[in-house]
Amino acid sequence: MSVLDSKVPKGPLKTKWTDYKDHINLVNPANKRNIDIIVVGTGLAGGSAAATLAELGYNVKTFCYQDSPRRAHSIAAQGGINAAKNYQGDGDSVYRLFYDTVKGGDYRSREANVYRLAEVSANIIDQCVAQGVPFARDYGGLLDNRSFGGVLVSRTFYAKGQTGQQLLLGAYSAMNRQIARGKIVPYNRHEMLDVVKVDGKARGIIARNLVTGELERHSAHAVVIASGGYGNLYFLSTNAMGSNATAAWKIHKKGAFFANPCYTQIHPTCIPRSGDYQSKLTLMSESLRNDGRIWVPKNIEDVKAIREGRKKPTDLSEDERDYYLERRYPAFGNLVPRDVASRAAKERCDAGYGVNATGEAVYLDFASAIERYGKEQAKIHNIQNPSAAKIYELGKAIIEAKYGNLFQMYEKIVDENPYETPMMIYPAVHYTMGGIWVDYNLMTTIPGCYAIGEANFSDHGANRLGASALMQGLADGYFVLPYTIGDYLSNEIRTGKIPTDTPEFDEAEKSVQDKIDFFISNNGKHSVDYYHKKLGKIMWDKCGMSRNEKGLKEAASEIRELREDFYKNVSVPGSANELNSELEKAGRVADFLELGELFAKDALLREESCGGHFREESVELEGEQKGEAKRNDAEFAYVAAWEYKGDPSEAVLHKEQLEFNEIELKQRSYK
Amino acid sequence: MVDYKVTDISEHMSFLEMMDVLNEQLINKGEEPVAFDHDCREGICGMCSMYINGEAHGPDRGVTTCQLHMRMFKDGDTITIEPFRAKAFPVIKDLVVDRSSFDRIQHAGGYISVNTSGNTQDANAIPISKYAADEAMDAATCIGCGACVASCKNASAMLFVGAKVSQYALLPQGRIEAVDRVKNMVAQMDLEGFGNCTNTGACEIECPKGISLENIARMNREYLSAHIKD
Repeated sequence: MSVLDSKVPKGPLKTKWTDYKDHINLVNPANKRNIDIIVVGTGLAGGSAAATLAELGYNVKTFCYQDSPRRAHSIAAQGGINAAKNYQGDGDSVYRLFYDTVKGGDYRSREANVYRLAEVSANIIDQCVAQGVPFARDYGGLLDNRSFGGVLVSRTFYAKGQTGQQLLLGAYSAMNRQIARGKIVPYNRHEMLDVVKVDGKARGIIARNLVTGELERHSAHAVVIASGGYGNLYFLSTNAMGSNATAAWKIHKKGAFFANPCYTQIHPTCIPRSGDYQSKLTLMSESLRNDGRIWVPKNIEDVKAIREGRKKPTDLSEDERDYYLERRYPAFGNLVPRDVASRAAKERCDAGYGVNATGEAVYLDFASAIERYGKEQAKIHNIQNPSAAKIYELGKAIIEAKYGNLFQMYEKIVDENPYETPMMIYPAVHYTMGGIWVDYNLMTTIPGCYAIGEANFSDHGANRLGASALMQGLADGYFVLPYTIGDYLSNEIRTGKIPTDTPEFDEAEKSVQDKIDFFISNNGKHSVDYYHKKLGKIMWDKCGMSRNEKGLKEAASEIRELREDFYKNVSVPGSANELNSELEKAGRVADFLELGELFAKDALLREESCGGHFREESVELEGEQKGEAKRNDAEFAYVAAWEYKGDPSEAVLHKEQLEFNEIELKQRSYK
Repeated sequence: MVDYKVTDISEHMSFLEMMDVLNEQLINKGEEPVAFDHDCREGICGMCSMYINGEAHGPDRGVTTCQLHMRMFKDGDTITIEPFRAKAFPVIKDLVVDRSSFDRIQHAGGYISVNTSGNTQDANAIPISKYAADEAMDAATCIGCGACVASCKNASAMLFVGAKVSQYALLPQGRIEAVDRVKNMVAQMDLEGFGNCTNTGACEIECPKGISLENIARMNREYLSAHIKD
């Protein structure tokens, strides 16, 4: 019997959540006033949770390392948010969103959680519109939708290419209302550096004021971790520079199991890297695949000519292009899920067809969309026999209205005009499906400690569908946690204020202080970034888009060696009692150096290909699906939850067997 | 003021990547790196600031500092970098300033008072004209970086506050509290020590998101009519 209890309620899938809510323990409003909750991270999950918990009457403290909650990296999400509204009347439903998400996740997520997510998705849109989120509308004044990868309906709501920004500003505005009432106290430019446990329960945190360097003790009856994913493990990713795994890793070290660390999303459409100095990668929204067609030249001679500048992509005729996604996956074409699109790009580039100097780029081309829209507009405006130039002009205006800010962003970075020449794109690390293990209540294996949003593992399985991260973050924060946390807190109404002058707080603060002192006094010879870049290279080369046993074993031992070298030779200038970015980074990279090893261990264990985790040893050898990823449900239909035992190499595995009652497990086919 | 010489800079680098290279070179020499704010590095979080050669976010238009590229400069150029300067943005360290005054203005009214309970009406219950929705979106695009304040000779925050007031004023959901909102947000803005608008328009030019001066005019109209109603 596993020590893991998912606490999924009994009963039919479709009524589980409703029945559960009807019977969950509640805290009366007068008692809520005596209960404190800490929320770490103020993105979509943390921001929405903080606002809702405060509105319910709890006393909330929020923590973020940015100078304002509104700057959390959810803000950078571009394309949209899914919801089963069926406004387009194209056959969408809660069940279909649930089904698409489970299938898209390659059958490695928890059915009951995903169904609940699909169920509350429609409410999110209602809520956000009421808050004043300016979603795109059509001329009749109703909400507009677009399509995303891995689905056959249009269920994605959007606000230009800045959907994450608008949703986060919505959650932030809800926070503002509670800050004004004094129900939320925001601690900005603060970083959580440890969780404090008393009698086995999460009772507070140690946080560092990043401006003064002071360590602070904060107590609470529950601690919510909403600190996002760990994509920066790879150094280069689409995450913000400060995005980190420290909060998640600290709770892991204190008893929260870490689930499926090897499930990483490598997003297919990012701007390719240009040099070693590069600090981060920039995403080009998946929404572009609604209209953009992905291709490389058919002939290797053309590839060479393009690389040497003798030919331009626009010189190649249709016959000379290989629209490889349309060729391989006729049913879904350019809108296959992210993991499939990324591997297909890698396959072409590995075969030598990459179109830039590094050989790691493919084209994303809007020429046929511009022509298609141009012709349609000419018809709408009743223009007879329009010239090619007129069609281009009309079509370009439509593309500009849809994706203008993304095209501008591309042009600023690459210095090429994507209306005139195809964009160059390549996959990059974007999102982590793995994370802290949580039960149906979103509670970790530490009582009173919760994990929501990207920080947990529960909803996306081994691959997340586009526009589902925003949905999950807000679902957890607005609609799930505020209910489920009450079940735990109903037992805390007699606890009273939790003191911070106790041995548990003393000890936690001392260990944080010792670590800071170590870094400041360690007169090493290399910068923190030196180590972070080395770690990133190991991760990308050996734990990237495709993995094999040999590489993963090497990765684990190389990361261990790098970690030892880091502690000997890292150099952190400045002092502890001031704003010190290098000190902040040192702590985060130290945690990445442990998490990376656990990642490799997890990836090695999972001898199957599923979603974003592709093991070269596990592919279909024949038939229509030849060369595609091969899952192994008989042996691996489980969640790998790791328990910390003092060193990543000694982490102990606990399995949560996944049960699928509503959905038949099938080979994921997008052909 | 400190002079630094930085080498090995490619034209394809972003301005902040150039700063990374400088800091790496300083750390390797045993010196302290230059502190600056940054995070998303794709022009949306609004964390990066810097007043570069006399312009907020530097010489390019429609970009934040993280999107500014070194191809905008010539080899051998001396670049002057200052923090954003305003009484309401005190300097924390080097190029890092405290912009929490912006947050306090939003606490004063930057929201619609609806519960996050999930019991709201259907999202399509109130049709909103595409023009109003698009205009609200244009105002809502503001990233709260503070370039408008840094560019203004009066250190006025009216473009920022105008954008925030406008987003809600343009939507039916926001009309209900429009009167109190504009009064409270403007009062907080004055309390924070921001200056007044004298219609120079530098803010609009330097705004990385192209927030229009119309938002200031709209805020003034809202403010005036709010007080007439008193």
